[in-house]
Amino acid sequence: MNPLMPIIDRDLGKVLYIDLTRKKYWVEDKLELFEKYLGGTGVATQLLKEELPRNADPLGPENVIVFAVGVLSAMYPVASKTVAMFKSPLTGNLGESHAGGRSAIAIRMAGYGAIVIKGASEIPVYLSIHNGKVEFKDASALWGVRSTYTVGRVIREREPWPGTRAIMRIGRAGENLVRYAAVVTETYRHFGRLGLGAVMGSKKLKAIVVGGKRKIPVPDARKYREVYNEIYDAAVKSPAMKKYHDIGTPVNVLVLNTIGALPTRNLTSNRFENAANISGEHLAETRLARRVACSHCPVACIHIAAIREEYPHEKYFYTTRYVSYDYEPTYALGSMLGVGDTDGLLRLIEEVEIQGLDAMSTGVALAWTTEAYIRGLIGKDETIVEPTWGDWKTYIQMVRYIVDQPNEFYKTLAMGTEAAAKKYNGLDFALTFGGNEMPGYHAGPATHLGYLIGARHSHLDNAGYSYDQKKLKEKQYPTPEKVIDDLMAEEAWRQILSSLVVCFFARGVYKPHVVVKALEPMGIKLSEDQLKQLGWEIYKEKYKLKFELGYTFDKLRLPKRIYETLSPHGKIDPAFMEKALSYFKKKILELIEEPKQEKQVEENKAKNKK
Amino acid sequence: MASTKRLVVVDPDLCVGCMSCMFACARRFPEGGLAKSAIHVRSVGGFERGFTVVVCRACPDPPCAKVCPTGALVPRKGGGVILNPNKCIGCGFCREACPFGAIFWDYDENKPVICVHCGYCVDYCPHSVLALEETKR
Repeated sequence: MNPLMPIIDRDLGKVLYIDLTRKKYWVEDKLELFEKYLGGTGVATQLLKEELPRNADPLGPENVIVFAVGVLSAMYPVASKTVAMFKSPLTGNLGESHAGGRSAIAIRMAGYGAIVIKGASEIPVYLSIHNGKVEFKDASALWGVRSTYTVGRVIREREPWPGTRAIMRIGRAGENLVRYAAVVTETYRHFGRLGLGAVMGSKKLKAIVVGGKRKIPVPDARKYREVYNEIYDAAVKSPAMKKYHDIGTPVNVLVLNTIGALPTRNLTSNRFENAANISGEHLAETRLARRVACSHCPVACIHIAAIREEYPHEKYFYTTRYVSYDYEPTYALGSMLGVGDTDGLLRLIEEVEIQGLDAMSTGVALAWTTEAYIRGLIGKDETIVEPTWGDWKTYIQMVRYIVDQPNEFYKTLAMGTEAAAKKYNGLDFALTFGGNEMPGYHAGPATHLGYLIGARHSHLDNAGYSYDQKKLKEKQYPTPEKVIDDLMAEEAWRQILSSLVVCFFARGVYKPHVVVKALEPMGIKLSEDQLKQLGWEIYKEKYKLKFELGYTFDKLRLPKRIYETLSPHGKIDPAFMEKALSYFKKKILELIEEPKQEKQVEENKAKNKK
Repeated sequence: MASTKRLVVVDPDLCVGCMSCMFACARRFPEGGLAKSAIHVRSVGGFERGFTVVVCRACPDPPCAKVCPTGALVPRKGGGVILNPNKCIGCGFCREACPFGAIFWDYDENKPVICVHCGYCVDYCPHSVLALEETKR
């Protein structure tokens, strides 16, 4: 037992292993990992290290999927996320994707801290995990079903624990191994990025249902209730959280458009003339049907719009369907494609959901295709249809082509934007970072550096997009070195949040001193310094694994396009970016070469003694 | 008088499915998780259709009490029942008898979990789906 970090809830230390090849499962006690790394990202990194052959084919049976929750899951509000780790078929390197819905609560309530999935089934299966058992169920009939909605509906009626279960499933995109296929959970949340859907598809794993109910022992229940109330109040009353509840994440559309940071038409522009039509405000006022929450999150940022359409063949015959909209799909399938028609945008988002694709990667892939078509690098032989900015009906058709892959071009596009750009000579305007398609911010140097140096090339790794927006209020933009130092420190701290596992939206609530307080009633006594140090440790472990998986600095490509289109900080200077990157390389090598960090630990220990 | 109050679901259309009430109910006991929660939220056939809140509705003449073979469930003033755990043998008849499915099960103790209408959950409902109201009974 770790005296600093004892985990009283022994069930959190239980890791469920499932071997799809042999149709076997077993549980191993990995409490010591949780006592060292809290859970989530920290533990998933170690489990992946233990299980994953470094040269694994991401779509081969040797790839491994880890789902992990943490010590705060099912304990405190907004500790609502599950971390998935795997080898990414999109980048060929470390894959990490986070999702909410009911996944985190369901996994912890089923009695596990993590689930490790290995091997591959020869027939389609889905897994039903509850009451200490894993059932392998035939999913042959579900394979090829048109919509992820239908898959959810079918499983919902066949499986136990309604209300406290998660149904994580793939669509046809995952079955057809589109390298940016997503895993959909609770209809509207996603393990979206880096192709977990394709990994599940390669294992012939259609879905995972997991759920249950149990108690979690708390040594100091009085203190627990006290801290719970503080966090609950902060989550419900803080202005940032209120913003996410009211308008939802698309509140950013107008904000970013105003400052000129909204990527439009493959980032040939930083503003979109029809931004008002796809803004959070407009969607909320005219299309919003209901708001829903991830489990144990009182904020409820998930916004669901109604699509109401009249059938052409019969009067007064309407269909009302529901689709969730967030900022990222609104950018990727809206402004990035020049789609300014409100209903058109919702229809396009719906199609991406039905197929089970990552919205960001899909939008960027289609945007690249449109520009390549306009430039004549590809023609109708490749695209079959005529991609045109704003033409959402054609884009819906193209989304289906990405999934069905009727020709060589779409087969390549299904491998990712970078793969297509390499083949058809359009790398300069391929908006990918480390092989991953860009998120919806063109806010300045830190934004793009953040995508590139982030361990999973997500804007949420280190929030460079937010950094740039804050820096607009300051006279002087920081030096390249300072930017990198700040981004790396942020990424290190976020390892703690994603190990607990807390939603990044609540980062303002879960400040270091609050995390310290939240852990105390559970018997975990860590200081702020120790937590931060642990964050660096996890960050280091992750990067070490990335290097072992073949990460190299020459893959750190910044697309030329980001220099061509003005950002709110003006033209981005290539020399600045280069300087920053060479400093990053130095810093990351220092980090993984340990001695400095160990010195820091010694220093902190000495400090604590005083 | 506290015992004449009852918990009511004011409007399930306001429910966002955050489960804060369920966790609050379980926190009445010195533990985390959901084992002892007497209130349950589930979707009405998927998140797109909204939610339903399942909890004891304080029947004036509760069927659960009528089928209890040991007299462990005693009708409560204001509706609903009070469980005497010492008498309960965990047969589960009460759970079968409740048409709302509002009797939950504590698998550790093998006993029913039934709302006592204390209203603790009400304070944790961010959207006023729940309320505690005076009964006229």
